[in-house]
Amino acid sequence: MKIKADTGRCIGAGMCVLTLPQVFDQSEDDGTVVVLDAEPSADLAPAVNRAVQLCPSGALSVEE
Amino acid sequence: MTEATPRLATYPLTRERAFDPPDELARRRAEAPIQRMTYADGHEGWLVTGYAESRAILADNRFSSRPELLHSPIPQRGEFRREPLTPGFFIRMDPPAHTRYRRLLTGQFTVRRMKTLEPRIQEITESRLDAMEREGAPADLVESFALPIPSLVICELLGVPYEDREKFQRDSAVLLNLDSSIEDVRAAVQDLYSYLHGLVTMKAEEPADDILSGLVAGGELTTEEIGGIGLLLLIAGHETTANMLGLGTFALLTNPDQLAVVRDDPAAVENAVEELLRYLSIVHIGPTRTALEDVEVGGALIRAGESVTMSVGAANRDPERFEGGDALDVTRPAHGHLSFGHGIHQCLGQQLARIEMRIAYPALLRRFPNLRLAVPAREVPLRSNMAIYGVHRLPVLW
Repeated sequence: MKIKADTGRCIGAGMCVLTLPQVFDQSEDDGTVVVLDAEPSADLAPAVNRAVQLCPSGALSVEE
Repeated sequence: MTEATPRLATYPLTRERAFDPPDELARRRAEAPIQRMTYADGHEGWLVTGYAESRAILADNRFSSRPELLHSPIPQRGEFRREPLTPGFFIRMDPPAHTRYRRLLTGQFTVRRMKTLEPRIQEITESRLDAMEREGAPADLVESFALPIPSLVICELLGVPYEDREKFQRDSAVLLNLDSSIEDVRAAVQDLYSYLHGLVTMKAEEPADDILSGLVAGGELTTEEIGGIGLLLLIAGHETTANMLGLGTFALLTNPDQLAVVRDDPAAVENAVEELLRYLSIVHIGPTRTALEDVEVGGALIRAGESVTMSVGAANRDPERFEGGDALDVTRPAHGHLSFGHGIHQCLGQQLARIEMRIAYPALLRRFPNLRLAVPAREVPLRSNMAIYGVHRLPVLW
């Protein structure tokens, strides 16, 4: 699993950070997504998928 | 198929029961989650009551938020809704204009920043509870608790003097009241805008550690734009959470088993707040968007120029997404609700609102374990005439 984040699309809503703070953070400057761990362990897959699903701007995607 | 559905003449506002969206919307959702609706000005647009369809439209930038393209789903104030924008009023803009403003603000509302406010929000909450105890029962929970907490918090964040609250609360009540005349709404907007513009001008001379001063120091926006942003954030920052706290407490008092969970189980509070957001859906009308090109959604072809009004309340009760959604169940997985919207306009202050609610509900219920309504439930005045739903007053005893 590899997480891709498009900071150009991101609107800084923070849903990913709220869902999985060990994998996602937000930039201090503009609140856009910072991926802390782009290839998290498989047991985090359900939470990663939920973060992708909750992202309001469609900035997150996962490659298997 | 969709064409043959009987058309709804404008969007229903009357709620038959305090906590449920108008029955008409649930009936329409059962018929077709997206269907034609005649708008107040005669425009043949759309009503969307399904969860998946609402979410798809909100996430699609082929739908615009610009007021000049908008048809009003209710007769009230249709004319005003299409008037030119207050500068900086980015919720009614599309990218790239919207993106520019939002980017200047998102860094101020990150999950981490909002968490640093927790101790101060706890302090404000406790001081309001102390005051309630001192003043004694009965009390109006809206005036003594639900409204002051978010008002104090947003005032401190923005750098707006809380002492001026009577002024901005009066203006924002006129602004949100659907029965206000267009003249009164214009005057209230102008009054609020002049007030904030004046405040921003002062911040340029005497900066402080607050968001408005930060925007001034950033140098990217004009005083007019910062004034407009201040107006938007001030109203959005207190009216919404205030109504969630008032109506949410009313809902919990009406559902004592649910109330007990929020009071007694700290681990349940996070999800309970999401469920209250879902169940209560205080955005009373819309949101409305207008198609910039032809778009197919849920089997319906929305033509360029047609307006689409979603019902957050109906979408959040869609049985396809939330089974048994007409019941309040604070243990249900409620994530994914549309109460903060979806897409690029999703609520900027949602992480602040969550923290305020996570602190305020349990603090209130623990301080007053015998909290109860001071009047019969049917006598609680409901905000059916306001753009943000809730209770006008909530008389309580403890």
